[in-house]
Amino acid sequence: MGELSFERLTSQYLDILKEIGNIGAGNATSALAQMLDTKVDMNVPQVRLLDFKEVGDLMGGADQIMAGIYLAVEGDIDGSIMFLSGVKSAKILVNKMMQQEPEDDSEGFTEIELSALQEIGNIITGSYLNSMSMLTNLKMIPSVPYIAVDMAGAILSVPAIEFGMMGDYIMLIETKFFDDSDLNGYFILLPDMESWKKILKALGVSDVDNG
Amino acid sequence: MADLNICVSPDSITTIGLGSCVGVAIRDPVTKVGGLAHVMLPDSTEIKAATVNIPKFADTGIEELVRQVVAKGALKARLVAKIAGGAQMFAFSGGGGAMRVGDRNMAACLKKLQELRIPVLAQDTGDSYGRTVIFYPETGDYVIKAVGKPEKTI
Repeated sequence: MGELSFERLTSQYLDILKEIGNIGAGNATSALAQMLDTKVDMNVPQVRLLDFKEVGDLMGGADQIMAGIYLAVEGDIDGSIMFLSGVKSAKILVNKMMQQEPEDDSEGFTEIELSALQEIGNIITGSYLNSMSMLTNLKMIPSVPYIAVDMAGAILSVPAIEFGMMGDYIMLIETKFFDDSDLNGYFILLPDMESWKKILKALGVSDVDNG
Repeated sequence: MADLNICVSPDSITTIGLGSCVGVAIRDPVTKVGGLAHVMLPDSTEIKAATVNIPKFADTGIEELVRQVVAKGALKARLVAKIAGGAQMFAFSGGGGAMRVGDRNMAACLKKLQELRIPVLAQDTGDSYGRTVIFYPETGDYVIKAVGKPEKTI
């Protein structure tokens, strides 16, 4: 197989990839809304091709503290999927899920809260992957969820390093979700380079390899 | 990430949110020329690529960093180093190769520095949290900030 060259990522491909993100994130957002019993909106997914220097600033600053849930994806495609939100949003999610009153000024998360967040991430990313899997007929098996509450740059270094083993860019589909108050966060799908090709092929875009 | 920069006192260099990457700071204490490399991966020779992205790897990145500080007026024989980062951001239970990249990055940096005979004066590495670092070539202070932890200087 030839290289999937980014210069040739025409707007047609981008539209297809955006649409995949739309379906995946749409389902994930619905799952989230259902879980929280509230209305959750999302932006149009963005397909991004980034230099490693730019990765840290993806979500409004490398030093921003975020709760990140990471799942490795295996099967017909390889890569990872992440669910990220600011600490405040993560608190809202945890409190709703655990049906507890928000505690003011609590900085960190307890073990139980972290595992609740992990589970939220698991469910939502699962629905993202399921809908994509149905659409493309490609098998996508997520790992168990891993969580870190840390600087965005540090969290994003993990997928960046995975891409770093293959090339000098990171490519992802990013979707922002939000509600009408303080809840917001991101779904980020990061298939590796081979997998991008497989996804496009599965959707009937067959000329990805041809010069 | 995958970047390096040099500076001369009284300026300082910062890199935000080191995760599994390693921030290698070197300086010449006499001319006070210093530099900081933010390396992502341990070994350029493990990667099959037509061209090497020099600052991305510990081996090539540190060599380039040394070349640049020397070009800016540092004396190679006087160089000293401090390193930070190399965390394991997610507690992967399996612990497979790619997952332990923080440890491997750190080991690769130490090896390269030893090879170049640059003493490592201090390090703050490993564990599972991100670090923002600020390096001052004037004093050699390497300030490390982490979420929920007191700031420290090594």
